[in-house]
Amino acid sequence: MEKVLMKGNEAIAEAAINAGCRFFFGYPITPQTEVAAYMAKKMPKIGGTYLQAESEIAAINMVIGASAAGARVLTSSSSPGISLKSEGLSYLAGCDLPAVIVNIQRGGPGLGGIQPSQADYFLATRSSGHGDFHMIVLAPNNIQEIVDVTQKAFDLADKYRMCVMILGDGILGQMMEPAIIDASGNTGAAQKPWALTGTGGKRKKNIVNSLYLQPEELEEKNFARYEKYKEIAENEAMCEEYKTDDADIILVSYGATSRICKNAITMARAEGIKAGLLRPITLWPFPKKSLMARADGAKAFISVEMSMGQMIEDVKLAIECKKPVALCSRTGGIVHSPEDILAKIKAVNGGDFS
Amino acid sequence: MKNQRITVFAGHYGSGKTNIAVNYALYLKKENIAKKVTVADLDIVNPYFRTNDSARSLTENGIRLISSAYANSNIDAPAMAAETMTIFDDTSQYGVIDLGGDDRGALAIGRYKKRLGEQISKNILLVVNIYRPLSRTPAEINEIKSEIETAAGFKFTGIINNSNLGAKTRAYDVLNSVPVIDEVSSLLRLPVEATCADIKLLAELTGKIPDLFGLKINTPLVLQNTLATDEK
Repeated sequence: MEKVLMKGNEAIAEAAINAGCRFFFGYPITPQTEVAAYMAKKMPKIGGTYLQAESEIAAINMVIGASAAGARVLTSSSSPGISLKSEGLSYLAGCDLPAVIVNIQRGGPGLGGIQPSQADYFLATRSSGHGDFHMIVLAPNNIQEIVDVTQKAFDLADKYRMCVMILGDGILGQMMEPAIIDASGNTGAAQKPWALTGTGGKRKKNIVNSLYLQPEELEEKNFARYEKYKEIAENEAMCEEYKTDDADIILVSYGATSRICKNAITMARAEGIKAGLLRPITLWPFPKKSLMARADGAKAFISVEMSMGQMIEDVKLAIECKKPVALCSRTGGIVHSPEDILAKIKAVNGGDFS
Repeated sequence: MKNQRITVFAGHYGSGKTNIAVNYALYLKKENIAKKVTVADLDIVNPYFRTNDSARSLTENGIRLISSAYANSNIDAPAMAAETMTIFDDTSQYGVIDLGGDDRGALAIGRYKKRLGEQISKNILLVVNIYRPLSRTPAEINEIKSEIETAAGFKFTGIINNSNLGAKTRAYDVLNSVPVIDEVSSLLRLPVEATCADIKLLAELTGKIPDLFGLKINTPLVLQNTLATDEK
């Protein structure tokens, strides 16, 4: 198989098509627009549907329809557009419908700016819509991994009948790296006996719905959904560890920021400070066990994030506050330099955990 | 390639137009082909990774850069600088025009269609990277060419082969692209004016490819910080 030089956004689109996705509904927004542009070019040629909706709200409701009919479906946007999709994400959860949602984050809040950010961590892992529910959140940090997690996103969504979000940032969306797309991936031809495909007069009708008139029935449904979430938390957490075996200071970082952390670690080690990186690849479920396993050996943790202290809460929860956790933040579209991170590592090494 | 007073670089987005435009402008100046050189960034499509990233290296070498005031800012406004017209008016200079990607990016030059049409000394070059998705085969590249020509209202005069795999490009990746580009050349009935390669690969490629043009790759600092040590 040949390597292709792809932008992160193109990689998502091509990998989605490769995973059998034939429906894309979206609305352009920087820095995610190439996902839609790629789909606009490619979908008509392969018998798929690309539709630029009149708004993000319309797009997510089209996703509900395609998913209910049993199709693999994708929508993508960037931060403000994801806020608009919130209602639909909750309805998808309430209907137990699978879908893949891409968020290539930009600076916020509000209209914010177009430069890279990770400030939608809470939105992705905590508050993507109203009601009791979760999405699986995948956070790749290079183009090949974007290809791989996009395939995985569709597989997990179908397996658990729920939404999977691919959470990237402006750097990952726009940067180019060579990647290979494995054309032998699962295309989701699996049966979906719950899908609204027409009874043909041969089976009982299927109903896709999130309204429950009896509170007991709704509670039962929510209990069952949370049993499923427990199973996912147990089985699907993923992370990468880099030089953590002997590390005194463990950086926790995801996405593009985690790549910069590796360079900061090289600099710290050159100065005799044993630093390492634990990179969550799934943000929900958070790789709690892997972090807890490092809590005794390390002296301190640093949450390195392009946000004002969001993931740090999950780090503290994961290690049950056994060790100090410091925060290294840039925000508003500003990306950490390795020197920013090195300075924080040195401060923490000197006992300053602020 | 015969150097002309105006050179336009257009092509599939991500094909390397900006890097080539910057390197070509520096070449015109350093080889003393032109006393005055101006680069105009007409990319109204992509607000990331712009000619502006190379602003310092251009101005240090006495090259004028015309770009939107919004390039590399937090504003996503598809704006073009009014000064762009000076490229056509001031004929004492060489102008290098960096267009945005695909037909959508090429639309921007429609504003200057008449002036570009009147210009006799010009190269309008299709930048091609066969390792990019949607521009991998001669047929796909032909489609992109037609779409851009329709949107821009010009006809290409030549092809620039910029086939590469980013920081991981090896000499043989460039060599392997040559037969494909030759096919593209006969299908499109356009000459291959140059094959570009990272200057680090020139020693290996010299003598094996005609009209080789070395590129000093400009990686924005934000991206450099994300690269592993062996990729820098």
